[in-house]
Amino acid sequence: MTAVGSYFKIGPARLFVHLAVLLIVIIWLIPTLGIFVSALRDKDQIVVSGWWTAFVGSTQTVAVRLGTPDQQRQEGANYVISGNVLEGQTGRSVKAFGNRVQQPAAFDAGMTADLGDGETLQINSDGSYRYMKNTAFSPDERPRRIYVSVSAPPEFTLQNYNTVLTGEGIGQSFINSLTVTIPATIIPILIAAFAAYALSWMEFPGRALLIALVVGLIVVPLQMSLIPLLRLYNEVGNMLGQPSKTYPGIWLAHTAFGMPLAIFLLRAYIAGLPKEIIESARVDGASDFEIFTRIVLPLSFPALASFAIFQFLWVWNDLLVAMVFLGTDKDHLVLTGSLNALLGSRGGNWEILTASAFVTIVVPLLVFFGLQRYLVRGLLAGSVKGG
Amino acid sequence: MLSQIVSALVVVFVAVVACSAYFYFSNKILDLALPVSDGDVRAASRNLNRRAVIRPWLFLGPALFLLFVYLVYPVVATFILSFYDRTGLQFVGIANYKWAIGDREFRQSIFNNILWLAVVPAACTFFGLVIAVMTDRIWWGNIAKSIVFMPMAISFVGASVIWKFIYEYRGGNDVQIGLLNAIVQLFGGTPEVWISVPFWNNFFLMIILIWIQTGFAMVILSAALRGIPEETIEAAVIDGANGWQIFWRIMVPQVWGTIAVVWTTITILVLKVFDIVLTMTNGQWQTMVLANLMFDWMFRGGGDSGRSAVIAIIIMLAVTPIMIWNVRRANRELKGH
Repeated sequence: MTAVGSYFKIGPARLFVHLAVLLIVIIWLIPTLGIFVSALRDKDQIVVSGWWTAFVGSTQTVAVRLGTPDQQRQEGANYVISGNVLEGQTGRSVKAFGNRVQQPAAFDAGMTADLGDGETLQINSDGSYRYMKNTAFSPDERPRRIYVSVSAPPEFTLQNYNTVLTGEGIGQSFINSLTVTIPATIIPILIAAFAAYALSWMEFPGRALLIALVVGLIVVPLQMSLIPLLRLYNEVGNMLGQPSKTYPGIWLAHTAFGMPLAIFLLRAYIAGLPKEIIESARVDGASDFEIFTRIVLPLSFPALASFAIFQFLWVWNDLLVAMVFLGTDKDHLVLTGSLNALLGSRGGNWEILTASAFVTIVVPLLVFFGLQRYLVRGLLAGSVKGG
Repeated sequence: MLSQIVSALVVVFVAVVACSAYFYFSNKILDLALPVSDGDVRAASRNLNRRAVIRPWLFLGPALFLLFVYLVYPVVATFILSFYDRTGLQFVGIANYKWAIGDREFRQSIFNNILWLAVVPAACTFFGLVIAVMTDRIWWGNIAKSIVFMPMAISFVGASVIWKFIYEYRGGNDVQIGLLNAIVQLFGGTPEVWISVPFWNNFFLMIILIWIQTGFAMVILSAALRGIPEETIEAAVIDGANGWQIFWRIMVPQVWGTIAVVWTTITILVLKVFDIVLTMTNGQWQTMVLANLMFDWMFRGGGDSGRSAVIAIIIMLAVTPIMIWNVRRANRELKGH
């Protein structure tokens, strides 16, 4: 229990705090929950009922036809057609029924409804029905159309995932995103770590100035870089006879854009390593390269990990850089890009959108929950110190 | 697909090896070029000094190259381009800036940006602080924190889909499948197309960013709160302060510096925010912000580098005070160590 916590142990406000936090947690969870649940629902159900009803099952009104007159049996003075409106459907039950479309649920299940002309109809909740008339059903009469409210139990399916992974280009984009993200996560760490070491433990003129430059560059808006870089890429592409939008191009861009924060975070950590270790290694004749690879790198693992998670999330979730430097053709489109395209083209198809959205966020969520501890540590190293 | 995975892995491997090789061999070459042999002591010490002068730049080389090519040079180039016409060839003086001031869409974007800047950082910091204080008091606080922090992992585009579903509107007598409209209906209101209601739709977009960023503010402020000495709060309790007073008079002033950092970080983020507006409205219904307007002009009708450069410069101007403040703070910290 922290300092802040110990005071409130005694307050009567504790219940209020529990409830307030519970409410906040629910508010924060509900949006994501909505798409998780929807992505698992049948696409026809998504459009007829809110996702929050998915757990209690849904009630649908369906039109069915009763049996044909040739099935009729005589019972005393009456003629009866019987059968089951839920033939072949398991787990469902009839809640109500009706004979007119304006009142599809006029009668509760189990009731005997008087349909006029000497006809009565009884439908039980298990779907079995007795349709009775005081004279014979004429053979050319069409089977009677009635409406039943059927309650279906909660139903979940993986069909939507199957659809988006195979049909909507999401599978391909998933691979594209991985292709962009993995090198763009690993390369900047290596480069920034060397730079951070130099800025922490090597003496050279202009060091303070460089540190200030790095800090200043953290806030430079990405938008500044787009036009000149796009021109530069086109020129270099022409010179090399290559297209200007390539994977190496975007790796370098992400590496560079992550660089100021990477150097800043890693420097804060590496500069804080115990001076004695590094100096005694120097006395023993180790070169800077050896000190870096044998001592600093292993000791900095927590900082490296936290930056890696940051950079991974950032690159995986990026849309702007990918749109500008990788383009939007099918072979290069990343997940965020294809999700954005789907929002335009399949705006109302929530089964596609929700399943696609889930695919795009599942990897960062796994990384996040798996390595949250490191992520938080990295955040704190950069932001709280001296603040 | 498999071949793409394999080639991606090969590329990762090659890139990492190349990167490591640069550092390894450049240092090796330096050692060989400037040998420190036992024979000539003066030459050895001279070489040792030279090595010490050169080596930092070997370590810094790739990072500096990237920083200059991708961040420093573009700032200068964008500034110059802002005085040229749409193709970037014809000098037009301040014509682009004049255009910006007179353009209705530009003024709309500035207005919306100010709205975002006023609301989002304040809301995130406030909620972050309140949630941090509350979760620090309860035994399941860490679980609650993880949940509030979770949207940080979700892309802005993913978050937009999530919230678009919440704001979903269905016309006629259809059942509302968007949660917000369903709730409105439950309380007897009329469902609306929330993201196209002028002015207010901006706030519906901001909610998305607040939902994402509050966790960030919470984590950092929570750490700062834990740093408050226990005696300070105990003393206040003994003096008979209530929870409210402790929060405003003790906790908030103690973490004031951190609040400023969080506020600033989110402010920068807001200025760069692009994805949410693009995916939710693409700037329609008067929701345009500077970052999107700039993107729009970059590609509109084949692209207008002059006008988009002006917009980029405006964004840059807006962050400059923050930049100066940041550098000063870092310098103070360096000297203070």
